[in-house]
Amino acid sequence: MYTTELDKNAARQTPPLSMENPDLLAAFEARVANDEFIEPKDWMPEAYRRTLTRQISQHAHSEIVGMLPEGNWLTRAPSLKRKAILLAKVQDEGGHGLYLYCAAETLGTSREEMIDALHSGRAKYSTIFNYPTLNWADIGAIGWLVDGAAIMNQVPLQRTSYGPYARAMIRICKEESFHQRQGYDLLLQMMKGTDAQKAMVQDAMNRWWWPSLMMFGPPDDNSPNSAQSIRWRIKRETNDELRQKFVDATVPQAELLGITVPDPDLKWNEARGHYDFGEINWDEFYAAVRGEGPVAKERMKARRAAWDEGAWVREAADAYEAKQAARRTSAAA
Amino acid sequence: MNQPADALFQYLLRLGDDSLILGQRLTEWCGHAPTIEVDLSLSNLALDLIGQATLLLDYAGEVEDKGRDADRLAFHRDAEQFTNCLLVEQPNGDFAQTMARQFFFSCYSELMFAELETSADPRLAEIAAKAVKEVRYHADLAADWVIRLGDGTDESRRRMIEGLDWFWRFVDEMFAMDAAENALVQRGVAVDRAAIREAFDQRIAATLAQAGLEVQASGWPLSGGREGRHGEELSRLLAEMQVLPRAHPEAVW
Repeated sequence: MYTTELDKNAARQTPPLSMENPDLLAAFEARVANDEFIEPKDWMPEAYRRTLTRQISQHAHSEIVGMLPEGNWLTRAPSLKRKAILLAKVQDEGGHGLYLYCAAETLGTSREEMIDALHSGRAKYSTIFNYPTLNWADIGAIGWLVDGAAIMNQVPLQRTSYGPYARAMIRICKEESFHQRQGYDLLLQMMKGTDAQKAMVQDAMNRWWWPSLMMFGPPDDNSPNSAQSIRWRIKRETNDELRQKFVDATVPQAELLGITVPDPDLKWNEARGHYDFGEINWDEFYAAVRGEGPVAKERMKARRAAWDEGAWVREAADAYEAKQAARRTSAAA
Repeated sequence: MNQPADALFQYLLRLGDDSLILGQRLTEWCGHAPTIEVDLSLSNLALDLIGQATLLLDYAGEVEDKGRDADRLAFHRDAEQFTNCLLVEQPNGDFAQTMARQFFFSCYSELMFAELETSADPRLAEIAAKAVKEVRYHADLAADWVIRLGDGTDESRRRMIEGLDWFWRFVDEMFAMDAAENALVQRGVAVDRAAIREAFDQRIAATLAQAGLEVQASGWPLSGGREGRHGEELSRLLAEMQVLPRAHPEAVW
């Protein structure tokens, strides 16, 4: 997930295509239109490079920041099995972050630069992780709804035009599908349980439903970069199309769980063959994008602290490597 | 419960509690480590330890035969009923302290499980055969960090020395025997901890020499964990770990 363009200044930071060599650009556009993969050493327009770097690094940041809300319940997981499942899941998110940073690095920006952009507030990450995890059912809700929304968004990206990103997506989608089933299983188990457990699940649904719908980004009529991204196969379906797909897939799952979707306007539209649903609070969404989500400050503080407090470890590892290299050189001499 | 079964139950609890409490401590790092790679490797260690704890405590519950499984034992005992060694319950501190703890524990644990592979108790031998492969890797990983930090920068060296200094006083307890364990050794079930001490000391000394660090004698060794006498931190760790099953005793998760 987390691939929606969240940076309103993106267009201004990107050089226009009119500055590119027209022959190279035409050949590039033809390859992409033909569904060929673009590889790191291939020629690409600067706008494509920058858009992808932004999108992939935003995705990577989302995975890393996304470890925090789930990690919040790791020490309190209510059984050893659930603790191991959650730990493995959060570890998967870290793994996703790692190979997404690697994929983005093939476009010429280092991991350190990307992390610096995150910590300085220049880079965005998914708004969903700026919401708090308040009870154990939130862990199930994140797996079911948040990873579910992520899958909706990412499955088409397995055929995205940039080779390293597409290949990363294939692996990520497999793991996300697994997480989604585990999240749903957690909630099913709780719905078979005590009244208190059922109340936790409904409470989690009440809090995560709308932010999950917001994960697909602004409505299409307010998503200026979509057309070019779709042409370049960086994006394959629009925000609203994906959001509708998600609602249609998720509402029956909520019914099966036996919980209520917190939207009085939600109803099946026979004529459209889709669910109609209520208006999203876009003011809340844009506030979250600006970094004003409920626990946005806490998330960034935790990430910066981890990075700053780990600086001496990274420096020590580098120093040790340098000493080892010098020893090898002198031994060889 | 007859006497030999009780001794085996207590023995499995000690082994299982060590893995559980250290695994719980390591999960506290998740999302907060110095690099993503380190984060993933600490999660790996924690996953292995929680897996070992589950196997050992499930078996302990079966031996006890009072209907308790690993979850019941993990989430519904108070601190004084836990029999982990004091070393594993120590707070994470900084990364050097965490690695010092891991280094001491994994080196000990590798030797224990290697011996237990040939235990006369086939179920315990089976668990040990799986665990020894895991803790061998843990010991190598921790030793690598001890060397890297000891021989890295001035700051990392200072922190590594401080990290090790926190733990010397807890080392002896891991090798202490009592009458019940001696009886299990006689039956070929348990490991004579005293007999693996020398190999442990050699491993520690060799790694520290490579790191340019010194072995410290423990002036006044601390113990009590095996009898349920713990430090101040354990009940807080348990309060957090056990909060949901204690608040909702009827619930299944």
